[in-house]
Amino acid sequence: MNLYIELLASTIRMSVPLILACIAGLWSERSGIVDIGLEGKMLIAAFVAASASAVFGSAWIGLFCAVLASVAFALVHGYASINQRGNQVVSGVAINMLAAGLAVVLGNEWFKEGGRTPALPPEGRFLPFEFPMLYDIPVVGTFAKIFLTHSILAYFAFAIVPLSAWALARTRFGLRLRAVGENPQAVDTAGISVAALRYRAVIIAGVLCGVAGAFISTSLSSSFVRDMTAGSGFMALAALIFANWRAYPALGACLLFGFLQAIGNFAQGASVDGFQIPVQFINMLPYVLTVVLLAGFIGKSVPPRASGIPYVKDR
Amino acid sequence: MTPAIELIGIDKRFGSVHANKDVSLAIATGSIHGIIGENGAGKSTLMSILFGFYQADAGEIRVKGKPVKIRSSSDAIALGIGMVHQHFMLVEPFTVLENVVLGAEGGRLIGPALVKARAELVRLAKDYELEVDPDAIVGELPVGLQQRVEILKALFRGAETLILDEPTGVLTPDEADHLFRILRTLTDQGKTVILITHKLREIIAITDHVSVMRRGEVVATRKTMETDVMELAELMVGRRVLMHVEKGPATPGETVLEVKNLTWKDRKGIARVDNVSFSVRKGEIVGIAGVSGNGQSELLDVIAGITRPASGQVIFEGKDIGILGDPRHMRAEGLAHVPEDRQHRGLIGSFDAAESAILGWHHLDSLGKGYRLDRDKVIARAKSEMEEFDVRPPDPLLKSSKFSGGNQQKLIIAREIKSDPDLLIVGQPTRGVDIGAIEYIHKRIIQLRDEGKAVLLVSVELDEIRSMSDRILVMFAGRVMGERGPDATERELGLLMAGVAQDAA
Repeated sequence: MNLYIELLASTIRMSVPLILACIAGLWSERSGIVDIGLEGKMLIAAFVAASASAVFGSAWIGLFCAVLASVAFALVHGYASINQRGNQVVSGVAINMLAAGLAVVLGNEWFKEGGRTPALPPEGRFLPFEFPMLYDIPVVGTFAKIFLTHSILAYFAFAIVPLSAWALARTRFGLRLRAVGENPQAVDTAGISVAALRYRAVIIAGVLCGVAGAFISTSLSSSFVRDMTAGSGFMALAALIFANWRAYPALGACLLFGFLQAIGNFAQGASVDGFQIPVQFINMLPYVLTVVLLAGFIGKSVPPRASGIPYVKDR
Repeated sequence: MTPAIELIGIDKRFGSVHANKDVSLAIATGSIHGIIGENGAGKSTLMSILFGFYQADAGEIRVKGKPVKIRSSSDAIALGIGMVHQHFMLVEPFTVLENVVLGAEGGRLIGPALVKARAELVRLAKDYELEVDPDAIVGELPVGLQQRVEILKALFRGAETLILDEPTGVLTPDEADHLFRILRTLTDQGKTVILITHKLREIIAITDHVSVMRRGEVVATRKTMETDVMELAELMVGRRVLMHVEKGPATPGETVLEVKNLTWKDRKGIARVDNVSFSVRKGEIVGIAGVSGNGQSELLDVIAGITRPASGQVIFEGKDIGILGDPRHMRAEGLAHVPEDRQHRGLIGSFDAAESAILGWHHLDSLGKGYRLDRDKVIARAKSEMEEFDVRPPDPLLKSSKFSGGNQQKLIIAREIKSDPDLLIVGQPTRGVDIGAIEYIHKRIIQLRDEGKAVLLVSVELDEIRSMSDRILVMFAGRVMGERGPDATERELGLLMAGVAQDAA
């Protein structure tokens, strides 16, 4: 029983960065900007959060700096995609490479620990809330152990999903944003700035990736190590496609992927009939499932029509 | 009464192109004002300036007598100017309501705007015959209704003056008639309509005033009552236009193409071409008339080798080539094909003109040996074809999609005619082509006939069929309803097109 509780609680933890990155991608791509750089933004944010938190001794300052760094990277992507009408995939890949290299080089220069950042003290981390008084109550305790053992950033991630769904569907900004991802010319002729809308979307993506990165290095873990995002940004993209660019299905997809990652963590060292399953095999499962699901088990996935296409005011 | 819109001395250059030269125009309130001109005459540029897409280099715009500056579409909308673009500015996955509200939400949340828009749509539907289901997904609506959504968008924003850019290009005749009724209702209620078109008939049928543009200038403005098609055509092109093609009598020779009992079935097993037989001889133009969608396209596809017939024969110079179903083989045998849909089948928009000009003939040795393509030769060939066929601009390196419809068509006709075919099959040679180019294309096709070649012409334009053909076949529901001579009356052909058989095929 305890194992299942642990597994579900871990699922929630593991899905937090996926959810944040996936919703970041949702905002960006619904506005027509393809974002391959979710991974890079998360990585730089994870590094900056751990560094700033180590230096200033505050998780909140770490978070703040992480969001700034991530938004800065997002703006680079925005400038390349919106103003310069560059290839968005190339720009995103560049962001990923830049982030991976920069984090290690700067980390080594600042902390001289081979790219790692110093281990954070408790006040430098977002620690899970604890409600020990609830844990012994039957049923309620089980729920509490699954759902009430997370840090504030995790709750933020889960709150972002309905908020984003609502904002996209019901607000003026959401309507215009969706329109600009489908037909930017329609938005332009309605007298609305295409570039301003897309910049706002890109900045939202930056903020969410910043939170995701901070969660990885200051909540899930207590320092930054190189490549610690381990492809979460790409899994988030897969989840986004899987969810057909909609918020609630995206939540479901991220929870599924988080569950697989949790199983991967728990099943390490497991054996079947005395045969020890290699760790690498277990770790591979979420990725294999991603490929299988994307290849065969989802119906037609329709991206926003204008995604990836720079808007040129030409008739 | 002050005019709704006045344009005074509008001037606009794009680099070396002088798109609008000192254009002055006054649009009377409550009238339908037509602006007519060939493609590239500057109509669209002028309207784009009025709608804030471009800024004029010089000149003044007045709305209801007051000088205004229009720097963006939102300025134009605020001044009560609405535009229905040729290519609709609609968000296809959105509902009608969402499209109408986009950009005019009136608050941070869209809920109240949707409620207001729904009520407004009901009112507009009643007032102007503009019924559309507010909850329909726009992408799933037929084009006629999508256009209605565009009009509704403009009216919802309080447009007093409505600009329509080539509104009937995508409409069926019925839909076009409905649109004209709507426009009339709009002007009856005090709105002003500017109608941009290159179709003379529409101008005569619906407008109150008409301005003719040619090479960036307004060359004349007339009351529609006081002018006619001939005068307008002459003003558009700048010289007398032969509305009727001049050609001598045909001197048919031996049979080149013989189609015997040809049947073609679609995937559902319905015969779209049903037991069709006819022949085409050297030195004659055989025209196939019919309302679009009665099997002409499928017939062309079979003869051109794009699809294979279910049964029957296509005998070309004594050989049955129908069973081959191979366009390249057909071309090698001496058959050239100008496809109906030039954008999708005639050329590749992103290729430069020189590349589009060799499509289907790219394997010829004259363009390079083996796997190698000699680019210099390709460009030289395109250059000479473009000069001979008066393709403008004569730039072989310009992207195919940047040419106007007429010039694209000339490029394709040049390619096919220069291949020296024994039989030219042409589908809709002048669809979306301006008058000057139509005249030229007709002349070249007749010249081909006079050189003793065979021509099979398919067109939904009855005028074109009647003036070009030496023999006319009429198709209805996949069958040939009858054959007539070039002197057949419009009524006679019309009855056949409607499926009223007077004789068996």
